[in-house]
Amino acid sequence: MAKPKIATTSLAGCFGCHMSLLDIDERILALAEIVDFDKSPLDDIKTFTGRCAVGLIEGGCAHEENVEVLRDFRKHCDVLISVGDCAISGGIPAMRNMVPLQECLQEAYVDGPSVHNPAGVPPNDPDIPLMLDKVYPAHEVVKIDYHLPGCPPPADMLWEALVALLNNKPLDLPYELVKYD
Amino acid sequence: MSEALVTAVKDICQAHECDRTRMMDVVQAVNDKYGYVSSEAMDLIAEQLSTHRVEVESVVSFYAFLSSKPKGKVVIRLCNDVIDRLQGADRVGQAFVEELGINFGETTPDGQLTLETTPCIGQSDQAPAVAINDVIIPNVSSDKAREIVRELRQHMDPARLVKQHGDGNNAHPLVGSMVHNNIRKRGDLLFTPINRGEAVRKALAMSPVEVIRAVKTARLRGRGGAGFPAGMKWEFTRGAPGDRKFVLCNADEGEPGTFKDRVLLTELPDRVFAGITIAGYAIGAEEGIVYLRSEYRYLIAFLESVLEQRRKDGLLGRNILGKEGFNFDIRIQMGAGAYICGEETALISSCEGLRGDPKNRPPFPAQKGYLDCPSVVNNVETLCCVTKILELGPASFNEFGSDRSSGTKLLSISGDCKQPGVYEMPLGVTLREVLEQCGGADAAAVQVGGASGQMVGPKDYDRKICFDDLATGGALMVFGPDRNILKVAHAFMEFFVEESCGYCTPCRVGNRLLMDRLEKIMAGLAEPADLDYLKELGQTVKTCSRCGLGQTSPNPILTTLENFRPVYEAMVKEETQGFQATFDLAQAVAEAEKIAGRTSVHAHA
Ligand SMILES: Cc1cc2nc3c(=O)[nH]c(=O)nc-3n(C[C@H](O)[C@H](O)[C@H](O)COP(=O)(O)O)c2cc1C
Ligand code: SF4
Ligand code: SF4
Ligand code: FES
Repeated sequence: MAKPKIATTSLAGCFGCHMSLLDIDERILALAEIVDFDKSPLDDIKTFTGRCAVGLIEGGCAHEENVEVLRDFRKHCDVLISVGDCAISGGIPAMRNMVPLQECLQEAYVDGPSVHNPAGVPPNDPDIPLMLDKVYPAHEVVKIDYHLPGCPPPADMLWEALVALLNNKPLDLPYELVKYD
Repeated sequence: MSEALVTAVKDICQAHECDRTRMMDVVQAVNDKYGYVSSEAMDLIAEQLSTHRVEVESVVSFYAFLSSKPKGKVVIRLCNDVIDRLQGADRVGQAFVEELGINFGETTPDGQLTLETTPCIGQSDQAPAVAINDVIIPNVSSDKAREIVRELRQHMDPARLVKQHGDGNNAHPLVGSMVHNNIRKRGDLLFTPINRGEAVRKALAMSPVEVIRAVKTARLRGRGGAGFPAGMKWEFTRGAPGDRKFVLCNADEGEPGTFKDRVLLTELPDRVFAGITIAGYAIGAEEGIVYLRSEYRYLIAFLESVLEQRRKDGLLGRNILGKEGFNFDIRIQMGAGAYICGEETALISSCEGLRGDPKNRPPFPAQKGYLDCPSVVNNVETLCCVTKILELGPASFNEFGSDRSSGTKLLSISGDCKQPGVYEMPLGVTLREVLEQCGGADAAAVQVGGASGQMVGPKDYDRKICFDDLATGGALMVFGPDRNILKVAHAFMEFFVEESCGYCTPCRVGNRLLMDRLEKIMAGLAEPADLDYLKELGQTVKTCSRCGLGQTSPNPILTTLENFRPVYEAMVKEETQGFQATFDLAQAVAEAEKIAGRTSVHAHA
């Protein structure tokens, strides 16, 4: 029987959640025994090669391409998991939701004290995806099956969650793994 | 800081003996005088009452009728509750907006007139209703609205808008109101002529313990909504340790669609005050407080005069009716526009001069209530029943009503029926009988118990109105066959979102989420799973909220979901791709397209 496949992506995130996944250390070998990685920055596969059992989403949606990728994940994955606070609530990037987009771009690319931009206009190459009016958490764009909170979620939590899911067992996280104070 | 302000605030504070617990009165007096409580006034009040400025500010910011920003000399408050909307309040609102040239929440540039909306002002049987300062104008049309504005522009005197008086004591010189009682059915208990002094005399001939026993024998249960046995509450309070005890009469009547306490206060204030006095005698209290919602402020001069007469007649004051050692008096505490203050512990907070936040229970008010003293809180109607029990004797009272629910109940009926108004019906009457009497037999749905109650349909019309079946504080809102049930539920949710005190998250956030999801359904963007979400979240809010508001606020959604499920089901469809129908990429990138001057490749694919 073919191994189930896992895909991961970082949308509007800092890659910290992916780093946390790597923090499962040598257990990554055990994971590789039971699953294959499909589209993911970990193996640099850019497009889906087939249907996946699990998709891990880091980060929310800040621009149109994030939306496209997220929808693509939804189409290809049986179970989608929002990993980390950026995916779950928008996180740090969503702090811009308080500020109108125009002002945001102006401050970030023109007026900011450390900006050097002789052109005096925000970059506007056709290859740059258009920003959304605000940063959306993943579940406001597609349906998400599970949420694993944390910034980032601890490696042990990610490990326990994947193992439980792949073995079709209920997830029983010890209190220490879900408390953040 | 102007000298005049300093003197005025000082005078007001001193008139209340600079007592911090009378903050509500102080702040209201300042608000009345200036139309708002300025930042300087807050500093002065804090200083005079030896408290922190934040205490003053938190009170001013909590109550809808208090303001920290200048408002017009005259504030027009249009009831925007669901019943009024059904009767055309939106058109009336539009007329006000056009005639005044301002939107809701704004003041005319000359600083004269402010336009606002407000939840139910207790006139649902004569909707649309508008409160202009303290003057209530019922049955307003859009023409009438224009006329009101034109007239106000000439004389700025709301009192002169009163053209003809309503019936009964509404025409009393101290009331002088256009409000109608609309008493459609007088039962055999409450709406009967009163022999002033009889009930108090009979009570004083008994021992306090015997009075409590009489109330217990009559099996009187609270009429404010929760139905707690009154005698038991009194017994707890009497038994609680403490020298100083209080009787609080709950005249906040904030539940949308409820107005029967207004009619009792207008027509039978003596029966209310007698009930408070008897409760005081029974529990060993010397002080009573009536907490009156500010929407009923037009009654205060009249109520004060009735109290004064009772003092003259020896029914209040020292050694009442010659009974050595029984001293009792009553004061009226005005509220300031907050539904939550009808909840008994929030009511106590408000009487203490605080924000109307509910308190943790236990301790219950019977142990630790107003000023930490043992206190009884009873509804206006409950206290009227007490008087009647003493007048008639408990056994006769018991003969009315059904097995487990004795007596009659006042019903406030509004909405799509021919004769909205107040009905005194024996407890145990079926909903169908009530609907037939009020001319609402073709109702498609009835909201029983106000916004926090339950929405029932025809299959439930044979159920009984009593504490063990369809329990209600008395509000019945009738909805005809062409009303949109989801819109009604939505209006109730808007009310709760606005009125949540914000203390606890399940209520503050949960109600908002419930409303958002309902909007998704109404917009046709929802899926069957959203119905499960509503049910689950509704249960969570009910279970986890701290006080009765959050414990009941999901009811409009939960009961319509249960009793009118096909209405919801017609609005939802399965989404197969797993996308959220509420997310619209084209809309989300529209702004960026404008800024960048190019179109999205993804959004218009
Ligand atoms: C949000 C909320 C609002 C309430 N509003 C009122 C009210 O306006 N009048 C009232 O009598 N009881 C109201 N109650 C019920 C009171 O808390 C309390 O149960 C009642 O006044 C007790 O009196 P009773 O036993 O005579 O009914 C409200 C309760 C809640 C939770
Ligand atoms: S949740 Fe924290 S670690 Fe994960 S992407 Fe966001 S900021 Fe980075
Ligand atoms: S349930 Fe609502 S009204 Fe009651 S304490 Fe909590 S937030 Fe306040
Ligand atoms: S006065 Fe408007 S609903 Fe009661």
